[in-house]
Amino acid sequence: MFIINALKDFGAYLRLMGRVFSRPERMRMFFKQYLEEMYTLGVGSIGIVLLISFFIGAVICIQIKLNIQSAWMPVWVSGYTTREIMLLEFSSSIMCLILAGKAGSNIASELGTMRTSQQIDALEMMGVNSASYLILPKILGLVTTIPFLVIFSTVSGIIGAYATAYIGHILTPTDLTLGLQHQFTEWFFWMGVIKSLFFAFIISSVSAFFGYTVEGGSVEVGKAATRSVVSSSMLILFSDLFLTRLLS
Amino acid sequence: MIEITDLRKSFDDKTVLRGITSTFEDGKTSLIIGRSGSGKTVLMKCIVGLLEPTSGDVVYDGRSFVHMSKRERTLLRREMGMIFQSAALFDSKTVLENVMFPLDMFSDDTLRGRTDRAMACLDRVGLADAAAKYPGEISGGMQKRVAIARAVAPSPRYLFCDEPNSGLDPKTSLVIDELIHSITAEYGITTIVNTHDMNSVVSIGDHILFLHQGQPEWQGTKDQVLDSKNENLSSFIFASDLFRQMAEDMRQKRN
Repeated sequence: MFIINALKDFGAYLRLMGRVFSRPERMRMFFKQYLEEMYTLGVGSIGIVLLISFFIGAVICIQIKLNIQSAWMPVWVSGYTTREIMLLEFSSSIMCLILAGKAGSNIASELGTMRTSQQIDALEMMGVNSASYLILPKILGLVTTIPFLVIFSTVSGIIGAYATAYIGHILTPTDLTLGLQHQFTEWFFWMGVIKSLFFAFIISSVSAFFGYTVEGGSVEVGKAATRSVVSSSMLILFSDLFLTRLLS
Repeated sequence: MIEITDLRKSFDDKTVLRGITSTFEDGKTSLIIGRSGSGKTVLMKCIVGLLEPTSGDVVYDGRSFVHMSKRERTLLRREMGMIFQSAALFDSKTVLENVMFPLDMFSDDTLRGRTDRAMACLDRVGLADAAAKYPGEISGGMQKRVAIARAVAPSPRYLFCDEPNSGLDPKTSLVIDELIHSITAEYGITTIVNTHDMNSVVSIGDHILFLHQGQPEWQGTKDQVLDSKNENLSSFIFASDLFRQMAEDMRQKRN
């Protein structure tokens, strides 16, 4: 039963995406929506990304220095490990899990409320392809802004690590800088950016699917928001496995 | 003119519409009335294409909606305006932006021209002063009037109203009825109103279709409805003692 329902949902999702990826009726209106979504989903997430990344960067640095680093390890280990964790996993995958909660639930509840208050029916009655008008700008808005969020997250994490050096005096700034510069592989940065593009598509399209297909009232909107966060988080974790293997 | 022929609709094993045939003429306000669960909303949704009828046909000025392609339906929808029970205004847009929306989407007019047209529609419903407000900042009756302005802004040929008076006080209901009726006559629109407000029936019902258990039980005008001998219609109309007394007074005045 679970598999049949999952297949039905997947079929409905593909049909919806077929409607979403069609030429917008009015490019002027599309770009207006696109800019608004970039602002809401991308710019609106900068604060939480910077805040969480700063503390995680700081905590990783402290953990490595105090609990893992030992006398026989080189002094650059803490900085090096912090940089690699931020670049390879946190700033792309974990940050996208956080965004699945913030942006995903925002998308699902917005579309769900529009559905239950007949705003989507109103669009359809005007002869507007509501799926394309509402969902396409959200997908493209998040996919466009997510590389910048990855960069902000990495930078903020490194600033957090420096805070442990300058403010907490956990390690010296020189040792940290040495570690951050040690054997830097540029591809790791691009790997994070590429992964985040896939995750952004998953977050926006899956959340939009659950919101757009809501039937019922406010309780169902809440359930749709929860389902969207759970489903997109699961899909991010699964696809992270494959993408990491593929890109490494 | 909209003609529906032997329209039927079933959901799994439950039949909701059992062969409805009627004609809704230009420039007239046609009302679909009936008890809750009689199939009014389903009929309206089948007419506008939000639901697919099981059988039968809906013809818009000689164009069969049921047999149209998806593209043709989309184009025909641009000739329709609809006022939803909940008004269905876009929360994130101001009143003016709501009214301008269909023009922004489909009109090739300049921004000035679109704004002027939207303001004229808002002025027609008496809400030009509320142009900069958001739907959440205005009353339910005002929201309905904005919905009317939005529906008529692109000059539709067909106007559909799903219970436009629900949740409104009697005085505001009269304003909404009067607006719908006058706009219909003014622009020569084919208007279909789904209602169970008896004040609407006697004040704006140029053509009334009474549904009973998914069947067209009675059709006529507002002048004929009070004298009808149809039992189901009478029990529906005269369910309220107050209305029965009012109808009796009206009959006496007429005679």
